Amino acid sequence: MRLEPIANPTWTRSLGLPAVALFATVVVASLLAMIAGAQPFSVLGLIVKGAFGSKFATLETLNRATPLIFTGLAVAVAFRAKLWNIGAEAQLYMGAVFTVVLGTGALAWPAFALLPTIAVAAMLAGAVVLLVPTFLKTRFSVDEVVTTLLLNFVVLLWVSMLLEGSLKDPMGLGWPKSARLIAEARLPRIAEGLRLHWGFGLALISALVVWVIQRRSTLGYEMRAVGLNPAAARFAGIPVNATLIKTALLSGGLAALAGFSEVAGLKGNLTLDISPGFGYTGIIVAMLALLNPLGVVVAALFVAGIFVGADSMSRAAGVPTYLADIMLALALLAMVLAIMLTKFRVRRD
Amino acid sequence: MTDPRPEAQVVLRLENITKRFGKLTANGAISFDLRQGEVIALLGENGAGKTTLMNILFGHYTPDEGHVEVFGMRLPAGNPRAALAAGVGMVHQHFTLADNMTVLENIVLGTRSIWRLGFGRAQARQRIVTLMEDYGLRVDPDAQVGSLSVGERQRVEILKALFREARILILDEPTAVLTPQETDDLFATMRKAVALGLSVIFISHKLHEVMAISSRVVVLRHGKLVAEAKTSETDRAAMAQMMVGSEVAAPVVRRADPGAALVTLAGVSSPDIGSAPGLKNVDLELRAGQITGLAGVSGNGQTALADLIGGLIRPASGTFHVKGDAPRGWSPHAAISAGIARIPEDRHKTGTIADFDLTENAVLELYSRPGFSRHGWMNWRAARDFAAKIIRGYDVRCPGPETRIRLLSGGNMQKLILGRVLETAPSVVLANQPVRGLDIGALTYVHEQLLAARDRGAAVLLISEDLDEVTALSDVIHVISEGRLSPGFARGAMTPAELGVWMAGDGFEEAPHAA
Repeated sequence: MRLEPIANPTWTRSLGLPAVALFATVVVASLLAMIAGAQPFSVLGLIVKGAFGSKFATLETLNRATPLIFTGLAVAVAFRAKLWNIGAEAQLYMGAVFTVVLGTGALAWPAFALLPTIAVAAMLAGAVVLLVPTFLKTRFSVDEVVTTLLLNFVVLLWVSMLLEGSLKDPMGLGWPKSARLIAEARLPRIAEGLRLHWGFGLALISALVVWVIQRRSTLGYEMRAVGLNPAAARFAGIPVNATLIKTALLSGGLAALAGFSEVAGLKGNLTLDISPGFGYTGIIVAMLALLNPLGVVVAALFVAGIFVGADSMSRAAGVPTYLADIMLALALLAMVLAIMLTKFRVRRD
Repeated sequence: MTDPRPEAQVVLRLENITKRFGKLTANGAISFDLRQGEVIALLGENGAGKTTLMNILFGHYTPDEGHVEVFGMRLPAGNPRAALAAGVGMVHQHFTLADNMTVLENIVLGTRSIWRLGFGRAQARQRIVTLMEDYGLRVDPDAQVGSLSVGERQRVEILKALFREARILILDEPTAVLTPQETDDLFATMRKAVALGLSVIFISHKLHEVMAISSRVVVLRHGKLVAEAKTSETDRAAMAQMMVGSEVAAPVVRRADPGAALVTLAGVSSPDIGSAPGLKNVDLELRAGQITGLAGVSGNGQTALADLIGGLIRPASGTFHVKGDAPRGWSPHAAISAGIARIPEDRHKTGTIADFDLTENAVLELYSRPGFSRHGWMNWRAARDFAAKIIRGYDVRCPGPETRIRLLSGGNMQKLILGRVLETAPSVVLANQPVRGLDIGALTYVHEQLLAARDRGAAVLLISEDLDEVTALSDVIHVISEGRLSPGFARGAMTPAELGVWMAGDGFEEAPHAA
C-alpha cells in the first residue's frame, strides 16, 4: 500500500470525509458505551441532552467553550505559520497571574478603564512567554515544540510558588489560592440573571478579528506564506523571523486571554486548577477546526459539549465520565486521518 | 554507432504502458523493444513522459495498463527490487551516494547481507578494479565520495549499477552535469558497455549528443510515442521537429551597445554553501543593455553568485556595488527595491508557494508596496488585477487567478514569475537556470523576454548549465569553476571546447600568495 497525492481534491472529498470522521467517532464511542454496560445509542442522546438540553446546560457549555475558543485560536494562529506552540497552557496561566496582580486592588480604576488595561497586560505577559521559545527558534534553531512544552511545567510550578507566597490570599484559610478580584475587575454577565460572562463575547469577537487578520491583512498573508514555504517567503523578501515573532505575540496573547477570561469572568480568583488542560485541548480544537478561526468556535462548542454532556450522561447511564476523553481522542484521530485522506489517496499494489 | 544486427536478442520490452495522473495521461500505450548491444535515445521535451516511463520501468510507479518484460520475463509491477534483480540498472539525474563513505563502500552498499561481518573487501575491490578497466571508468576506489567531482560521482553511480550485474543501463539526462570533455568520456564508456553486450537507454534532449551516441531514437510527445527511427536515417532538424511537432527556429540575436555597469563585484568572496563552493575573489560587471552569460558545471559557485546579487547573502570580503552604491543591509527586499528582477533557480521551492493561488504568488515580492496594501491591509482587488494582467501579458495558461499554482506546468509557472519580476521594469535581471525543465515553446518565450529586457536597457545575468544556451544568448561569457570566475569573453571569441577547458577548472592561474 502507498499514498498518492491528490492534486485537486473535490468538495465532496474535503467536506464529506470530516463528516464521516465525526460519524465514525460517534459509532465507536457508542460501542464503547455498550461495553461499559449502557444502551449504545442512548449515550449519545444523553450527551447532547446534557450539553444543550436545557438553558442551564447550554450556558454551562458556552462557559466551558470560552477558554477553548481562546486557546484554539492561539494554536490555530501559530500552527498556520508552522510555529508549533504547545505552550498555550503556560500562556493561559501567565494571563491569569497578571489578571490577579492588577485586578485585586493594585489599580483602583473604574471598570471601563481597568478591564482593557488588565486584558492588554495579560496578553503581553502571555506573548512574552511564547516570545522566548520563538526567539530561540529564529536565532538558534531550537525546536519550539520542546521549549514551549517544557515551559508549561516551569510556569505551572512558578504559579504554584506564587499561590503559596506573594499572591496567597491572606483570608484564604491557608489554601493555595489568590485573593478575589475587585468588582471593577470582573467581566460583567452578558445579561442579568444569565450565568454567561462577557468572556464568551470577547472570544467570539477574537475569532472574527483573527479571521479578518488572516484573510485581509499583510500579516495574515505573511503568516501563511511563512507557514507554507519559508524558503520562498525569504526569497521574496518577506521578513520571516519578524513574521514568526508577530505570530508569537498574537498566539501568546490569545492564549493569555483564556486565563484572563476564566479569572475575571468565571472564577473571580486564581487557583492551580483553573485550567484542566485548556491549553492542550486547544490543540485538539484547532486541529478539528482545520486551523480556521471561525471553525475554532464550532470545534470549541463541540468539545465543550462533549465534556459537559459527559458529566450528566455518566450520572444517567452509569458510564464513567472519561468516555468523554476517549470520544475526543477518537474524534481527533479520525479527523487527522480524514484530513490526510483529503490530500492523499491510498493505492494498493 | 553501428546498427545492431536485426536478429539481436530483445532484452527489454515495454508493452502498451499507460499511466494516468488524474486527468493527465503521462504515458499513453507506449511500446518499444530494446535489443542487446544497442543504445536507444529516449527523446522528448520535459513533461513528455520520459521520466514517468523510466520510473515505471524501474518499478517506482505501477502502470495503469501494460507491462515490462526483461529477457523474456515479465517484471512484477511496482517492484524496484525485481527490476534490479532482473539486471536493470538506473543512474538518476540526482545521485544517490553517501558522501561520508568511500567509493568502494558506496558501490558495495546494499549488496551484502547486514548479518555478515565484513564484506569481502579484497574480493569486491578486485571486481571493481576490473570493471573500471573494462569500462574506462577511472576513479580512486578509496576516495571519499564527498571529495569527488560531479563527473566522478556519476562514474561511481555507473559502477554501482555494473557491480550489481546490470545488463541494461538507464541513464537519465547524464550529460546535464558534465563538461564537454567529461561527456566525451561518458560516451566512450557507453561504447565499451555496448561492445561488452550491454544495452543502454539514454535520456536526453540535447540532439547533437543523441546523434553522436545512439543507434535508435524513440521520441515521446505529450505522453505518446510519436516516432521511432534509426539514428543513421534521421537528422537533428527532423528530431527536433518530431519532439515539438513544428519547426524550431534558433533565437535571433542582435548586437547591442553596452551601457553603464549596474552591478559591480571586485574581489568578492563568500563562504561555501554546504558542499557547494562560495565565491573566490570574483570580479564581475553587469552592464546595461548587455546579456552576461555564466557558463559552468552546476555546483561550482553559481548559487553563491545568484544568492549574492539576489540579496540572500552578503559578501564576506571585497566590494559590491549596485548602481554605484555599496548597499547597506543587503537583503532580498533591498535587491527588489534596487530594481533587480530575480528568476530563481528552483521555481518550485523558492520561486513560488505551491499552495498559494496565482494572485497570491503574483504579489509575493510586491505585496508591501502601496497599491497592493495600505496600513497593513491587503488590497486583494488590485492584486487580482495584477495577476490577471500577468496572465494576459505573459500568456500564462491557467483556469484563472484563483488557481493554485501547484496545478500549473513548469512553463506556465515560469511565465508567472517572469511577469511578476518584469512588470516592474527592472534595470537588472538575474536569470538563474531560467529554462531548466521547460519545453521548447516556453523556452523560446523566456529567451525572447530576456532579449527584450536587454534591448530595453536592462543588465541581464544569465546563469545556465547549458553551454549552448549561454553561447547563443550572451554578449559576454564568464566561466565559473570552483567559485572562481574567468575573465569575460566576447561573443564568439571562444569555441565550446575552449570554454570546456575553463569549465574543467584548467584555465585559471593560481593566485600568487593566496591565503
